[in-house]
Amino acid sequence: MSREILNARRLLCPLPVIRTQDKVKQLKAGDQLEVICTDPGVMQDIPTWCRINGHKVLETISGDHEYIIILEVGAS
Amino acid sequence: MLAAKTIMEQGVHVEGINFFTGFCVEGHTHAIRANDKAKPKRNNSLWVAEQLGMKLHIVDVIEEYKDVLINPKHGYGAHMNPCLDCKIFMVNKAKQWIVENDFDFIITGEVIGQRPMSQRKATMPIISRESGADDLLLRPLCAKNLPATLPEREGWVDREKLHDFSGRSRKPQMAMAEGFGFDEYAQPAGGCCFLTDASYSSKLVDLWKARDGDKQYDLDDVMLLKVGRHIRPEHNFKVIVAREEGEGRFMQGYKKEFITLHCASHAGPLVLVDGSPSAEDLFLAARITARYGQGRDAEQVDVSIAGKDGSEMIIQVKPFAADEIPQEWFI
Repeated sequence: MSREILNARRLLCPLPVIRTQDKVKQLKAGDQLEVICTDPGVMQDIPTWCRINGHKVLETISGDHEYIIILEVGAS
Repeated sequence: MLAAKTIMEQGVHVEGINFFTGFCVEGHTHAIRANDKAKPKRNNSLWVAEQLGMKLHIVDVIEEYKDVLINPKHGYGAHMNPCLDCKIFMVNKAKQWIVENDFDFIITGEVIGQRPMSQRKATMPIISRESGADDLLLRPLCAKNLPATLPEREGWVDREKLHDFSGRSRKPQMAMAEGFGFDEYAQPAGGCCFLTDASYSSKLVDLWKARDGDKQYDLDDVMLLKVGRHIRPEHNFKVIVAREEGEGRFMQGYKKEFITLHCASHAGPLVLVDGSPSAEDLFLAARITARYGQGRDAEQVDVSIAGKDGSEMIIQVKPFAADEIPQEWFI
């Protein structure tokens, strides 16, 4: 299992989702990805994307104008 | 949403594709503007996919879309919207996608007569033909008004269970949504693309003119046209004045790419200067900056001018009065 970080700061919806989608394609089931964003919309969009694509959100963190989502890549 | 649901109801496996051109309205402006905090910051296509229980693939077509916008074979709509070329492009991309991913046909939510440019009886076959999708393109909401497509002829879908909607009224769709138990749905077509917006289109045309007709653009160009008040005093430069806190915060991210100004002696907005301003031009930009700050009625305001390299100087200016900024400067 590996853990990677994706810098999606300054990107606005839906680019953080697209970058996450593209990164996840390179990972294996069970790998973890930490996505760091500045668009608050990701707190809704990335978990939705994970739910419909079979990935698991492990943690979400809202900071000072920064939002972090840690997900685990699903099997599908 | 309704087209997908219609086909899913027949037991067909459907997945969604959403193309991101850079001009999609979606959550962008909501994400930038602090005043829009009350609005849900969600991507509607993702939301729809979840409501329907289907996978969604979001595809970045920013680069490829440039040619559609710059050279539309079928021309523009009321503003800079190349709707027909856009639809042909997207159906063509969908055709490529189904081939690569082993799907059988494409569906869209188009309805004959719904939109004045791209959804007319005459344009439906143009989209099918020029996209290369031909009879693999099924429009479930108005299929009965069109010749049977391959999925109908082969019996992959039951044509009798498709629809015959036409015209601008969305009442049949609303009734259908109610029947499916959808009490919320995304923005109807037309309001989801910045290129259909008069103000945005004016700014895009101005950008191209300022670059002496060079119509190339990058994503930052497209994003910055969505924020701030754009004022062009001269051909060689324009200023972008943040209208509120959220825009100011967003524009802070461009401090290394633009000269930036803000009032040092009073509260005021962040201002970006785009172009190649002279010292005299920057003095003018400073007076505009002062106009939109709390010191607008003061005799003199200190304005900070920061270079792309982080260097900073302070100058003193008299703010423009409201009627001193010519209307033609506003883009």
